[in-house]
Amino acid sequence: MAEFNTHILVCGGTGCKASQADLLKTNLTKRIIDHGLHEQVQVLQTGCFGFCEKGPIVKIQPDNTFYVSVEPEDANEIVDEHILKGRKVERLLYKDPKTEEKVGDSKHMDFYKKQVRIALRNCGFINPENIEEYIGNDGYAALGKCLESYSPKEVIDLIKKSGLRGRGGGGFPTGLKWEITHNVAGDEKFVVCNADEGDPGAFMDRSILEGDPHSVIEAMAICGYCIGASKGLVYIRAEYPLAIQRLKIALEQAKEYGLLGPEILGSAFNFEIEIRYGAGAFVCGEETALIHSMEGKRGEPTFKPPFPSESGYMGKPTNVNNVETFANIPPIINKGADWFASIGTEKSKGTKVFALAGKINNVGLIEVPMGITLREVIYDIGGGIKDGKEFKAVQTGGPSGGCLTIDFLDTPIDYDNLIAAGSMMGSGGMIVMDEDDCMVSIAKFYLEFTLDESCGKCTPCRIGNKRLHEILVKITEGKGTSEDIDKLRMLSHVIKDTSLCGLGQTSPNPILSTLDNFLHEYEAHVEHQSCPAGQCKALMQYVIEDEKCTGCTLCFRNCPVGAISGEKRSPHYIDQKLCIKCGVCFEKCKFDAIKIA
Amino acid sequence: MKKIKLNIDNKTLEVPKGTTILDAASVVGIDIPTLCHMKLHDMNIENKPGGCRVCVVEVKGRRNLAPACCTEVAEGMEISTHSMRAVNARRTVLELILSDHPSDCLVCAKSGKCDLQEMAQNMGIREIHYQGAQSHYREDTSPAIIRELDKCILCRRCETMCNKVQSVGVLSTINRGFEAVVSPAFEMNLDHSVCTYCGQCVAVCPTGALTEVDETGAVIRALSDPSKTVIVQTAPAVRAALGEEFEMEAGTLVTGKMVSALRRLGFDYVFDTDFAADLTIMEEGTELLNRLGKYLGGDKNVKMPILTSCCPAWVKFFEHQFPELKDIPSTARSPQQMFGAIAKTYFADKIEVKRENLVVVSIMPCVAKKYESSRDEFAVNGNPDVDYALTTRELASLINISNIDFKSLPEEDFDQPLGESTGAAVIFGTTGGVIEAAVRTAYEIQTGKSLPRLDFEELRGMEGLRKATIDFDGTPINIGIAHGLGNARQLLEQIKAGESEFHAIEIMSCPGGCIGGGGQPYHHGDVEILKKRQKAIYSEDKNKTLRKSHENPHIQKLYEEFLGAPMSEKAHHLLHTKYFDRS
Amino acid sequence: MTKIKSLADLRKLKDEVQSKIQLREKGDHPENLVHIKVSMATCGIASGAKETMNYLVEELDHQGIDAVVTQTGCMGYCYAEPTIEVLIPGKESVVYGFVDKVKAQEIIEKHIKLNELVDGIIPANYKTLED
Repeated sequence: MAEFNTHILVCGGTGCKASQADLLKTNLTKRIIDHGLHEQVQVLQTGCFGFCEKGPIVKIQPDNTFYVSVEPEDANEIVDEHILKGRKVERLLYKDPKTEEKVGDSKHMDFYKKQVRIALRNCGFINPENIEEYIGNDGYAALGKCLESYSPKEVIDLIKKSGLRGRGGGGFPTGLKWEITHNVAGDEKFVVCNADEGDPGAFMDRSILEGDPHSVIEAMAICGYCIGASKGLVYIRAEYPLAIQRLKIALEQAKEYGLLGPEILGSAFNFEIEIRYGAGAFVCGEETALIHSMEGKRGEPTFKPPFPSESGYMGKPTNVNNVETFANIPPIINKGADWFASIGTEKSKGTKVFALAGKINNVGLIEVPMGITLREVIYDIGGGIKDGKEFKAVQTGGPSGGCLTIDFLDTPIDYDNLIAAGSMMGSGGMIVMDEDDCMVSIAKFYLEFTLDESCGKCTPCRIGNKRLHEILVKITEGKGTSEDIDKLRMLSHVIKDTSLCGLGQTSPNPILSTLDNFLHEYEAHVEHQSCPAGQCKALMQYVIEDEKCTGCTLCFRNCPVGAISGEKRSPHYIDQKLCIKCGVCFEKCKFDAIKIA
Repeated sequence: MKKIKLNIDNKTLEVPKGTTILDAASVVGIDIPTLCHMKLHDMNIENKPGGCRVCVVEVKGRRNLAPACCTEVAEGMEISTHSMRAVNARRTVLELILSDHPSDCLVCAKSGKCDLQEMAQNMGIREIHYQGAQSHYREDTSPAIIRELDKCILCRRCETMCNKVQSVGVLSTINRGFEAVVSPAFEMNLDHSVCTYCGQCVAVCPTGALTEVDETGAVIRALSDPSKTVIVQTAPAVRAALGEEFEMEAGTLVTGKMVSALRRLGFDYVFDTDFAADLTIMEEGTELLNRLGKYLGGDKNVKMPILTSCCPAWVKFFEHQFPELKDIPSTARSPQQMFGAIAKTYFADKIEVKRENLVVVSIMPCVAKKYESSRDEFAVNGNPDVDYALTTRELASLINISNIDFKSLPEEDFDQPLGESTGAAVIFGTTGGVIEAAVRTAYEIQTGKSLPRLDFEELRGMEGLRKATIDFDGTPINIGIAHGLGNARQLLEQIKAGESEFHAIEIMSCPGGCIGGGGQPYHHGDVEILKKRQKAIYSEDKNKTLRKSHENPHIQKLYEEFLGAPMSEKAHHLLHTKYFDRS
Repeated sequence: MTKIKSLADLRKLKDEVQSKIQLREKGDHPENLVHIKVSMATCGIASGAKETMNYLVEELDHQGIDAVVTQTGCMGYCYAEPTIEVLIPGKESVVYGFVDKVKAQEIIEKHIKLNELVDGIIPANYKTLED
């Protein structure tokens, strides 16, 4: 039986594979066999190391040596030098950009672990359906500490000092929010957890509730203690059955263990939590709309003030925070405000969870310290752009956010920088676009989302967004004029200026930010009736190149609308008036004779 | 109260804390346009969704524009109501509304009285820059109200009236985004809903989305049919408001001009619903005294309090919402229906016209009266006691169609015998009036004494819920008054719970009573108009020689010649009714 | 379970649980107490994590291997679901991506039984609170 003492790990991520990682692995294996070492040394392919910029990556265990930009030709040297002679191949080691020093051991490499998990600390580590595993990982210790050693005011001060800001999108300082609700007099108050995650592509709240429901329960209890509430409500969308189920189990267990209910941990503090279901309306993420929805009213926002902290659920002072915000609370109390404040940037402390999606290799959920750059997120953690395409833009902040271009790749991500760059943090959706994405269509896509999600209460959002969408449709169909581009801009500004709630006030952002950064794409649609990314169906034409067409009649036979004509063995022709641009001919043609014009 | 100092359009002013920018601006004579906002001062009615966004103003230092109707002033605020940014935004928002609104103003029922039209005019909109898809909904016609939702601008005023004020809960916003629209649940028709047809939605609709069923055409046809004798009755509240339709000051009494206009329109007899109001008092007052007598005599089977039943929307309301209380209201028909029943029997016999050739038209401040006249129990062999019930607005339209210069008309008197009335009947037009009229008669019948005073100030006013105790010569009688169905609901809940202290309660559906009816000239949110109409009603009462219903000589004659006595079998058959469980 | 009535109770429970976990991890039964965590969030379940987990439980049981299979939340590698983490006492934990039945079989046969790593490891790319 083979007993391996050394493993050579070769990155098999998409980026590295594109840089001949497969050949590298073959070469390494071959060399090992040549030396007769295949019973002691194993060559393995792994998932992405998250450092695609310097791929392909090779890691050798157990000494954790980390080689970067390894080419297939380097295989022999690695085996001969490192494996046989035990000497590291200096030239392939990673050079720390700050110190200019070569780093041999991956444990000491800055970039290696770009992610810091605070909100997601237990996700993927503990069994969410077993409260004891949560308790075993410091669970409910923060609540215990608050009840035993701190006054509500002291806890609030601690949260204020930590610099935690709301993770739902607005970035309002959490401690201040608690303090305001604490200071409002009221015989009855409520803690509400907003789990009505609605941004397209965002699922961090769902993942936290699925993976670590007790952290939210514990934080809500702490919040209740601070503001003087004995009742909490979780407003969760009914489309999250697993999260609901895990939350229910967790609530049951917390009650059973006496961590919810009367006189928690022997103190005078009582707290209970109920679940309320939302039907998944995006606008119900807005706190006043959320509260109306919980009260059984139409889920639409009302003018603030009064803020929920003064008059919220059932007219009582109510503190609303989102899931991720709550998940940060227990670690802050356990590890201290200074620890939390040491992570992040000056005005944005701690970490942020992002849902990486779009044209990126490592789609997934990541938690990074504030201040990380987009480049690190996209290339190091996200593994770069799919299929080796060019990065074009990243959309943050969901349908209320904006597109960030290549110019912002090195901007540190925090609340204020994103706003300055014309986008926003939002709840943490991050959708990456590549050269094949038409930015007019992207703007249209987001507007369709807002159109569906608008409650219809105020004129600018109800009718204005409809008009914006109509103009965008016109442009993507090649029927737009340059006047339409001006109208888009003017109407967008009025909608931002006059809408009732955050949804309408931000809905034109995707349009404005694409107008700012990709005006040429709009102009191409309007002036030349062409879509540079080749995405807008109405603007493209399938044409047959006479020279390449053999007259095989395959396209003619497959066209569903009979738009193709031509004699056998002579070039065929597509009637553009009949063509519905389904692309079947393009796929069927064996001679590459059909082009998209 | 703390004062806030601020600056609006370069004018510095001080207003109490909590004042909105809109109200603060009006203090210094700045009239910020509004569309969805509506506030009936002193009546606790306010619609402030902040939805239309035409009232946006620029506040220095603020990121976006502020809606003046729901933004409270803050110390040191600097506001510009007509900066380029604000005006541009306001006009754009208005253009957006117009872009989703039919442009058939010339043939719209609301033309000339439409808030949206007026605003477009005032803002000088000459072009709609943002054109696109328009909403299309099916038209919903009920016995009284027509909903044309293509014209709805989602101001939500109707919703406020239907839910907050009337507590009927039929109209609410359904669907989302561009498809959002105000409708009964599941987009059902109004006549399948629990709508009471009170018409308060119609009264406040800023556009032509909600209007009454127009029966002027049918009336013109009847008037021109030589085989028909067409008679008309006019409700008390009409004469206090009709003048407004002809640019007369609110509160101008136009009884005489109205009579002469009706005569010129070709009505064969011009009568007064007030006559029937006196008759109502005879019946309802007698019923009250009967029940009261039994109750005070210790009869456990008699139910208290007795409730008035003149208001058809109120009747439909309790039939839907409180069917278990349906034996509490008086069984007396409303004056409109009493008039119809007497006209098509007593009067038809008198002038020897067959029932089917006699057409009874009523002029009402109300849209629910259209529904009431269509109820099956108020017809004989399919021939209704009242053929057509027109609103005050429809009458104005008829007058205009017939080339009558209303203002220059002479004042004329009603025809007899169904045109004679007392002051007690006139005050039926305002909240508190019916019960005051009942007290005047009931007191004298009960005590056999003459009333020392006729003006019961304690029963008057605009408070939504009022109560008073009247001394019936040693017997204290507790009287409750509610106008607005939301207020009525409170009293009904008390009765249901057995906690009611009242012997008699007057209920009117519309805030203010019939003077604020859904068929009256539009008040456009100005509560002063309602108050002036009320004042006019009381002054008409005061000027009458006869002010107690039982003193009306023609009523006395009617009983002598035809009915016998109040609550007689004949009276019961013609003047009383029964109620249905519609829950 | 009796209710936790004080902070001291809570701490006691924590220590108990922790020592239980440590027992498991450090290997009170050095012969083979393997712990496998299956990422069972919506993303994992949608990609077949339930089937993988069931298979692991059945197969380990079938082969008489003394191992604990538990579920956990999202590990964040949604592109590589289903993902599982294999903890063998005394060794660094290893995360595998795209674990279907075939892969699970391979992991049992090679990694768990023979202590060999197999293709498809996902390198950890985040710091935990303790780091």
